[in-house]
Amino acid sequence: MTGNPAGSSESSTPSHHGPSEPPPTRLPSRSGEFASSAPEPLLSVRGLSVRYSGRTGAVLALDGANLVVRRGETVAVVGASGSGKSTLARAVVGLLPPSASVLEGEIVFGGQSLLGLPDRDLRAIRGRGIAVIPADPAASLNPVVPIGVQVAETLRVHGLARGRAAGRAAVDLLRTAGLPEPEVIARCHPHQLSGGMRQRALIAIALAGRPELIIADEPTSALDVTVQARILDHLSALSRRSGTAVVLITHDLGVAADRAGRIVVLDEGRTVEDGPAAAVVTRPRDSRTRALLAGAAGPAPARPRPVHRGEPLVVAENLTKVFTGPHRRAVVAVDGVGFTIARGETLALVGESAAGKSTVARLVVRSLVPDGGGRILFDGQDIAAVRKAELRRFRRRVQLIFQDPRTCLDPRFCAADLIEEPLRAFGLGEKPARHARVATLADLVALPRSLLARRPGELSSGECQRVAIARALAPGPDLLVCDEPASSLDVRTQAQVLGLLTGLQDELGLSCLFIAHDLAVARRIAHRVVVLRHGRIIEEGAAAEIFRSPTDPYTRTLLAAIPGSGRRPSLK
Amino acid sequence: MTLPRRPGLLLAVLTVLALAVCVLMPDVVAPHPPDAIDPAAILRPPGAGHLFGTDQLGRDLFSRVVHSARAALLVAVGAIALSLAGGAVVGLASGFAGGWLDGLFMRAADVLLTFPPLLLALGVVAVLGSSATNVAVAVGFANLAPFARLVRAQVLHLRGRPYVHAATLSGVSPPAILFRHIVPNAAEPVVVVALVSLGAAMLASSSLSFLGFGPRPPATDWGTLAAAGRDYLGSAWWLTTFPSLAVVVTVLAATTFARALRKGRS
Repeated sequence: MTGNPAGSSESSTPSHHGPSEPPPTRLPSRSGEFASSAPEPLLSVRGLSVRYSGRTGAVLALDGANLVVRRGETVAVVGASGSGKSTLARAVVGLLPPSASVLEGEIVFGGQSLLGLPDRDLRAIRGRGIAVIPADPAASLNPVVPIGVQVAETLRVHGLARGRAAGRAAVDLLRTAGLPEPEVIARCHPHQLSGGMRQRALIAIALAGRPELIIADEPTSALDVTVQARILDHLSALSRRSGTAVVLITHDLGVAADRAGRIVVLDEGRTVEDGPAAAVVTRPRDSRTRALLAGAAGPAPARPRPVHRGEPLVVAENLTKVFTGPHRRAVVAVDGVGFTIARGETLALVGESAAGKSTVARLVVRSLVPDGGGRILFDGQDIAAVRKAELRRFRRRVQLIFQDPRTCLDPRFCAADLIEEPLRAFGLGEKPARHARVATLADLVALPRSLLARRPGELSSGECQRVAIARALAPGPDLLVCDEPASSLDVRTQAQVLGLLTGLQDELGLSCLFIAHDLAVARRIAHRVVVLRHGRIIEEGAAAEIFRSPTDPYTRTLLAAIPGSGRRPSLK
Repeated sequence: MTLPRRPGLLLAVLTVLALAVCVLMPDVVAPHPPDAIDPAAILRPPGAGHLFGTDQLGRDLFSRVVHSARAALLVAVGAIALSLAGGAVVGLASGFAGGWLDGLFMRAADVLLTFPPLLLALGVVAVLGSSATNVAVAVGFANLAPFARLVRAQVLHLRGRPYVHAATLSGVSPPAILFRHIVPNAAEPVVVVALVSLGAAMLASSSLSFLGFGPRPPATDWGTLAAAGRDYLGSAWWLTTFPSLAVVVTVLAATTFARALRKGRS
């Protein structure tokens, strides 16, 4: 991309960066949704290549990436993990880590080239010209400083307000960011706020410098779907009102389609698609965009109900669990929940965080015992009563798949040892037989045998989850409890893992309790769905039924909050 | 490797190698036997014939320092090995069992921690009597509480890890979880801290020897050598300076080495 001149007259479309790439989509705006009249874009990134070099070698994170943002426009940058989205965002604000080096390309913001600009000038642009809303609201606020002071800090460093006035302005900003009782919130410390409130505080900080461009790096991926929808609604409204341009970085094409006027798709550091949101979603030109679209939980058909054979495998009755919270306050995590799981059936437990889903999962695997009155029958036997040998038999028949495959695997063990561990613990077979079984299990979860000697740190998240699934299948369980097994994975890997789980279930005739915060995922995998809220069952029924005609208003809110439900057209 | 780019670490590695040679085959390094008396060369300053000078009996100080290396290092390493082993047992039991045992062990550790370690070691060695072994026991005991705390903290941290929970659900028995999952994962930081403490143990044991609780003559270590030279501080500075320098250099090398290890870990 070195030879590409950066003429301002033709800078309204991203440049074509290689003969093998498809031509860039140059689509005129039909609805006037984004103005192409302004000759000078607000931000223009051309042919940007960034390399990370570390001990294990160099990685080309960006390979001639292009991005153009006009004033007042919302552009979504979409890509799977490792596509270079976050590197692009960091490069624009000049905050690449020391291990990164810009090989070529240019970044022009408001007519000024940012690459090679001294740090002092960059600081003047950060916050004032370009503001960033970070991905993790918990890690991005200083835990020992009140919220109001943190908002006022941006005002102070840019000389926009000082003293008492800065404090008052901070309260106004918190109100603008949609926080109730901003005077109270301003005096709170981050730990006193919920995740959604913290994200709004970060939005207030981003708005403080009245920036021309806001870069939102996965601003809601750590939040519940309904909160996510509210925050994104609010952000869109704010940008419309103030005319601020927004770059929305996301792995979710659904979010992008709902929120952005234009979508830029990144893959392996290259811009593979760039066009109006509707066009990219309905008529993707590039195969990689299509892969992302297929990966996003789309209108997959609900699964047919399996034939019930005899007694249900699991009967849970009146489950209640009360924890002692801070200040000795009783926290009711689960409140009178009951359900059954038939043999070969998948029951999805859906709800937002703190709905009590994980507590139910831990009750079913008997990490916890329900409070008085509740009981769980597994194959007709009360699991609270099992001891010693019976407990071991129960453990063998019920296996748990964790949310984060990285933390549930001992980092010092190689994949083969991890898969073998339950076989050894349950005394299933001699060494050669166990090794043969490990190889079979690896094939079953489509884990290449060459990876069996690697440790979790040397595997990708998707591969780690395959190891975890193989490990759970090793003792030949009857019931799999899956605690959001795909939520920590990116869309493409998520689709693969969910596909693997459904395939395995049909093949092995397993029963499955599937915990999810995402109704779209539940719909794809479950036969029946139970919706939980504040520890109680809100709605229960066949998956297809709940999606067609939800009776409870809360279920409807959850359904409406699924990203992409607003604008996603049918793909087939 | 990164060694040539880090002169401090290179120096530390060379020092450790040199010390190893002194410990393993002192006769090769030392030009004279450590107890060879030479009435013709009494209290000679450092020079060509005697690198570190000679003492009041004409013994070559360099040879004496080289021959004392084994005793000095053995005491320090023994002391650390003792606090490591004791701390590991107490910490593992405390962290894994919890309950009243944890309370008992940790309150005992609190009591130990209220005393300055050197004072505690002094008390112990005063009770046990002076010998190289007793110095090691005393220093080891004085440093036991921090290790017990560290190991317990590691165990508590690791016990909450999802992979330990996963192992329980996979039918792994509690002892197997302790020794297959918790101990190996806890070991690394503990070993690094042990190396860092090696310097402190060396200082403490030398101090005890200097105060007269160390090995009885004719056995020597660096602390007793420095103590013997104390009477000649005005006329023969080298008698106290070189044994003390040996302690300083060893402590520096051990800490540099440990710090490099710790950095390499993160």
